[in-house]
Amino acid sequence: MSELVRCEKLTKIYDRTVALDHIDLTVENGKIVGLLGPNGSGKTTLIKLLTGLLTPDEGAVLVDGNAPGPETKKVVAYLPDRNFLNTYMKVGEIVQYFEDFYEDFKPERAYRMLEELGIEKDVQLKTLSKGNKEKVALILTMSRDAKLYVLDEPIAGVDPATRDYIIRTIISNYQPEASVLISTHLISDVESVLDEVIFIQNGTILLQKTVDEIREEKGMSVDAMFREVFRW
Amino acid sequence: MEWKLDKDRPICPQLMELIVTGIAGGEYAAGEKLLSVREVALQAGVNPNTVQKAFSEMERDGMIFSRAGSGWFVAEDTGKAVERVETLARTRTEEYVSGMRALRKEDADILRMVEEVCHE
Repeated sequence: MSELVRCEKLTKIYDRTVALDHIDLTVENGKIVGLLGPNGSGKTTLIKLLTGLLTPDEGAVLVDGNAPGPETKKVVAYLPDRNFLNTYMKVGEIVQYFEDFYEDFKPERAYRMLEELGIEKDVQLKTLSKGNKEKVALILTMSRDAKLYVLDEPIAGVDPATRDYIIRTIISNYQPEASVLISTHLISDVESVLDEVIFIQNGTILLQKTVDEIREEKGMSVDAMFREVFRW
Repeated sequence: MEWKLDKDRPICPQLMELIVTGIAGGEYAAGEKLLSVREVALQAGVNPNTVQKAFSEMERDGMIFSRAGSGWFVAEDTGKAVERVETLARTRTEEYVSGMRALRKEDADILRMVEEVCHE
C-alpha cells in the first residue's frame, strides 16, 4: 500500500475564517474513503485543495507525490457538488468532450452505462431530470481510469433509488489500485461501502478509522456514532 | 442468498457468517464456485475490499479456496463450515440462556418458553 494523498499541516483561511486548520491526513491506494462532517466543516475546502481549485495558505497537499497541477489533474477524476456541464450540450457531445479532454476516459464504458439507464446520446442534458443529470455527471467521472476519484456530495438531493444506483456504480467501477474519496453527510446510505471514514469538524480532523473498527469498538453504526459526535 | 446485514456490527464477520451458513446449509455444495468478490459486493452493497478480506479469512480457515484467475470455490470438505455454524449456534444459545437467567428465570421455564416460541 502506498500513499495516494498526503496532507501536511494543510491550512486554508478565507478572510478571517479558518476553513482548514493544520490538518494532517493520508489516504492509501485502493480505499473507498468517506469524508464526513456537517455543513461548513471544511469538506469542500479540502476537496478543492486536492483538486487544485484552491491553493493552501499554509502546509501542503500531495496527490500521487505531486502538488495539485496538470500532473495530478491527469490522475484525479473530480465530481463537483453542483452541475459543471453545459446543459445545452447533447449527452453524446459531452461524452466526446470528455474523451478529448482526458487521456484516461473510456467512452465505451460511459455509453454502456448510459444505455443501461436508457439515456439517449442525442438528448440535451437540460431536458433530463435532476436525478438523471446527476447520474450522467457520475458516469462521466467514473468512466475515467483515474487513480483518485473525488466525489463531492454525490448522493445529496436525489431519491433513494438513484442513491442506490450511484452507490452500485461506484462499486462496479471500482479498481483495486484506485481510491475513491466521497464527501457526504448522508452516512447511513454509504457506510457499508466505505473502507474508512474521516470525521471533519470546524476545519480539523476528529478521527480517521475503518468502518469495522468503529462498529467493533463502539457497537454502533458509523451513522449512529456520527450523530453522537456531532450532537449539539 | 439474501445479504441481510446489521448496521451496528462489523461487516466482515457478518459476511463470513452468511457464507458459512450457506455452505453448511448446502446452498453452496462442496467444490462449487462462489460468487466473485465484485458480485458479492454489489449484491450486498458493501465494499469489495471487505468481501476480499472475508474470503481470505475463510480461505485461511480452510472453508473455501481460490484458483488463480478463476475465482473462489467451496472446499471439498465442508466439515469446517458445519463446525463453525455449530459453534455459532452454541454461543448464541449460551448468550440467550444467560440473558434469561439474568431475568431470574428457572431452567424449566426457559425450556418451556423456547418450546412455545418454536411451536408458534
